Amino acid sequence: MKDSHLVKYILGIADNALILGQRLGELCGHGPTLETDIALTNMSLDLLGQTRNYYQYVAKISGDDSTEDDIAFLRTERQYLNVLLVEQPNQHFGYVIARQFYFDVFHYLLLEKLQASTDENLAAIAKKSIKEVSYHQRFSSDWIKRLGDGTSESHNKIQTAINDLWAYTDELFEVTEDDSHIVNIGIGVDVSELKAEYYSKVSEVLKESTLEIPDNKYFKKGGKIGIHSEHMGYILADLQYMQRTYPKMKW
Amino acid sequence: MKKNWPLWEIFVRSKNGLEHRHFGSLHATDAEMALENARDVYTRRNEGVSIWVVESKYITASNPQENGELFEPAQDKIYRHPTFYELPDELKHM
Repeated sequence: MKDSHLVKYILGIADNALILGQRLGELCGHGPTLETDIALTNMSLDLLGQTRNYYQYVAKISGDDSTEDDIAFLRTERQYLNVLLVEQPNQHFGYVIARQFYFDVFHYLLLEKLQASTDENLAAIAKKSIKEVSYHQRFSSDWIKRLGDGTSESHNKIQTAINDLWAYTDELFEVTEDDSHIVNIGIGVDVSELKAEYYSKVSEVLKESTLEIPDNKYFKKGGKIGIHSEHMGYILADLQYMQRTYPKMKW
Repeated sequence: MKKNWPLWEIFVRSKNGLEHRHFGSLHATDAEMALENARDVYTRRNEGVSIWVVESKYITASNPQENGELFEPAQDKIYRHPTFYELPDELKHM
């Protein structure tokens, strides 16, 4: 595959959106209220829309005749480059919101910088996506505050989710070998530089929500180089079922 | 314990210069959440430029049983209806 550093760099961004979109999609018809159900699935659609933009671009530069659908549905687990955070299961509303919050704060910072990429296509996708992500961030931050500063039950549940998912936040700032090639030529964003701002933003919201900032120093990583948690296989089984069962099927 | 969140009425202005119109209702715990929910439920496809939310309990509605005295007297006095002059064809939406 030509441009394989660039392809992998883009997949590292796009696969996050795909897998989180898939996770949120699981909630369709299962949200805690009708309104939050619609909000969460709207966000899922936003993310899948962004994924399509990236995959279409990857299909164009990959130099073979692969399509966006092939990229989404026909890779093996090791070829997906999303972070571990986005593949974590929904469990309850607290986990959905905590996962979303941790991701949205990062996603916004990333797109803010990606708008200045020297690659016009990536800059354009970032510009288009950042409005949606800005809303996602507002939605998830608001819910963190509501749950944290709500009843003692909601406080405990969101605190548990915040603590449990904390271990997946550090991976967001990993720069893989492919990434660093793309950063060096001015196309990619050096995510390690976003770390300080990320944690100060996260801490600010947690403090306002009367939640404790976890101080766990043990972080899990691997997704960015294709080594995923045990949940990933199940996600892909759902995601790929149609294309695997009826190859080349189209709606 | 009350199980349901309060009901809110949602008004959306679809374009600058037009009035806010009633779009529907939804549940939310407070005004801020009502605005966000309204955005998600009603204005995802460029339907609006402005949203108003009002908690439904603050709306006073007329009683359907009084419809006769409230609305019907006007029907039999045709001079109350502005139908006695001709509108030029160019004027639409009147």
